[in-house]
Amino acid sequence: MTQRLDIAADFKRVSPKYVLVVIVGTLLGGAIFSAATLLLWLVAHLWWGWIALVAVLVVTLVQLIIAPRRARAIGYQLRQDDLLLRRGIMFQRFVAVPYGRMQLIDVTRGPVSRALGLADLRFVTAAASTNVMIPGLPESDAATLRDRLVELAESRRAGL
Amino acid sequence: MSAPSEHPPSLTRYADGEWHRLHPATPLLKGGIALIAVLGVIVANLRERLIDFFFHTPRYNGDPIDAIYDRGLTGWALLAVAVAILLAIGGFYLSWRMHSFRVGDEAVEVRSGILSRSHRKARLDRIQGINVHRPLFARIFGAAKLEIVVAGHDANVHLAYLASGLAEDLRRDILRLASGARSSPTQVTDAATPAELASGRRVTVSGVVGTRVDEFLRPADLDPDAAPPASVVAMHPGRLAGSLVLSGFTIFLLIVAAAVVAGVLSGRYWILFVILPGMLGAFGFYTRRFGKALRYSISGTADGVRVGFGLFATSSETLPPGRIHAVEVLQPLLWRPFKWWQIRINTAGHSRQRGAAGESNTTTLPVGSIGDVQNVLPLLLPGIADERRAAVALAGMTRDADQSVFADAPRRARWLRPFSWRRTGYTIIDGVVVLRHGVVWRRIVFVPLARLQSVEIEQGPLRRMFDLAEAKLHTVEGPVHPRLSVIATDAALELFDTVSAGAIRWAASDTSHRWNTAAADAPNGVDAATENQEPAT
Repeated sequence: MTQRLDIAADFKRVSPKYVLVVIVGTLLGGAIFSAATLLLWLVAHLWWGWIALVAVLVVTLVQLIIAPRRARAIGYQLRQDDLLLRRGIMFQRFVAVPYGRMQLIDVTRGPVSRALGLADLRFVTAAASTNVMIPGLPESDAATLRDRLVELAESRRAGL
Repeated sequence: MSAPSEHPPSLTRYADGEWHRLHPATPLLKGGIALIAVLGVIVANLRERLIDFFFHTPRYNGDPIDAIYDRGLTGWALLAVAVAILLAIGGFYLSWRMHSFRVGDEAVEVRSGILSRSHRKARLDRIQGINVHRPLFARIFGAAKLEIVVAGHDANVHLAYLASGLAEDLRRDILRLASGARSSPTQVTDAATPAELASGRRVTVSGVVGTRVDEFLRPADLDPDAAPPASVVAMHPGRLAGSLVLSGFTIFLLIVAAAVVAGVLSGRYWILFVILPGMLGAFGFYTRRFGKALRYSISGTADGVRVGFGLFATSSETLPPGRIHAVEVLQPLLWRPFKWWQIRINTAGHSRQRGAAGESNTTTLPVGSIGDVQNVLPLLLPGIADERRAAVALAGMTRDADQSVFADAPRRARWLRPFSWRRTGYTIIDGVVVLRHGVVWRRIVFVPLARLQSVEIEQGPLRRMFDLAEAKLHTVEGPVHPRLSVIATDAALELFDTVSAGAIRWAASDTSHRWNTAAADAPNGVDAATENQEPAT
């Protein structure tokens, strides 16, 4: 009887290459935390240091395993008057933002994304909590999507 | 810039699209604080001298004043002080000369600065509120500050200082220009202008002093057009004092007091000396808040909600229609036996001045009864049909009322929210989402769909186990966070669909940012709700 939160819509997926960005990020994070816990264990001589290290390694491994599924779970759809975004498998999140509420569109590229020719697109409204971000779009797609969203927002502008 | 003849005749000469300067006493009013500070420093430095003079204690060495006196440099020192003051006044005068403003059809502009010039332009349709502040010092001189609130960090336009009545006039004119009603000056011309009001009083109390006294004794809201600005809420001193005593700050004080008592009993008397200044500060905090909210008034005008407060330094804030993004009616646990409630709002603009409750100016009603809340809500949420809003608010505030208006969380939510699940629900009436949640701090939140930024639903593993979800409505920053922590999954999906579709539909039909142009073709609730506040002709 339990029910997954799901919205039947034709979601567009982000680029499959985005998995690599997530994996590199996870590995980097894992390396930094492992180094920190190693320091605690070997240099600061804290006995629970090795437990923390094992925990960090396990978390990193789990994240690496689910990375492809998480990347596939990100989807967006341009509906008639609003942008619909979904993220997450365990913690699912759906957001709908009317185009007219757009304040600005941000397109950013991190070092790994740039190497893979990807870009992240962020839709900013007057509410800080909106936090709508579509990561891992091919650069040309990100540019067209940005122009399309700005155009849609222009035609449906609402005052603040 | 346009010719003045295009404007309705009742516009003041300040809103004619030309550049104007501020009140001539501005340098004095701005410098007044500096002057008092300088005097304070001098007196503080002379304290030793004065004690010495009266009690003939041994001479204190190393005091700069002593050094000056001993070497016979008193004249030079005084000259230096005089030059410094003159320079300061000269600087202030110059900055007054260079400080000018212009109110046009589209925007309010301010130019200021002597060396580095700044030119600030605020579009009229982006104005989030207009406040008139009168600090004590300025009130004595019959001056007031006009603050035009716009969205954005530190983006407000300040006009300090203006003559008191002029500030009111200017506010009315800016609001009228912003409302888009350039061709219908009829609603204002039938009311007495403040100049007439003031001159009427000048007959009874002769002279400038009389006018000042009059202005001083008048409530914070000397409202020119929507006469009478009868407040829909009367602030009872007892309730106000009670609400302050029964606040979280008092609990903090009690804990501190307990710590002090424990400290003293165990012989650590020094704690007293550490705590005492803080206790005096706390006393000041209470009296300041009390004094501020004591002369609280709230009323509806054709150009929005007007909130006035303050005893010595007064403020009068105007929120034009369509600027309120969320309204929250809340009751802290300690207030429950007395059935007191508070109202807070989210707006896009934030004033630097402190509001009626002494905090940021997001508290619209510091404390009030259920009746007061029912009186204030129509002003803040003009779009809803009166009886439905009243029913929903009552259901949120009391247990006796009909609870069926809210679609509450299902019974299985008790595993996650054992106490509050019965009170966690929502309803949508006339384009406003109404949420209620909380059992310790009871809250009823109203979010107009026309100004909703986005909607979100979430589900984690724990909620999935119970077939529940979480819903959030995103509005501009503020004290109100509209969210439902538990809601049935299918209800969440339904809410998501209804709210996201409603947000588009209501935003498209919303014209409240140009409220008077809308009045002509589609008479909406804004005007219906404020009609009874119009001056009788």
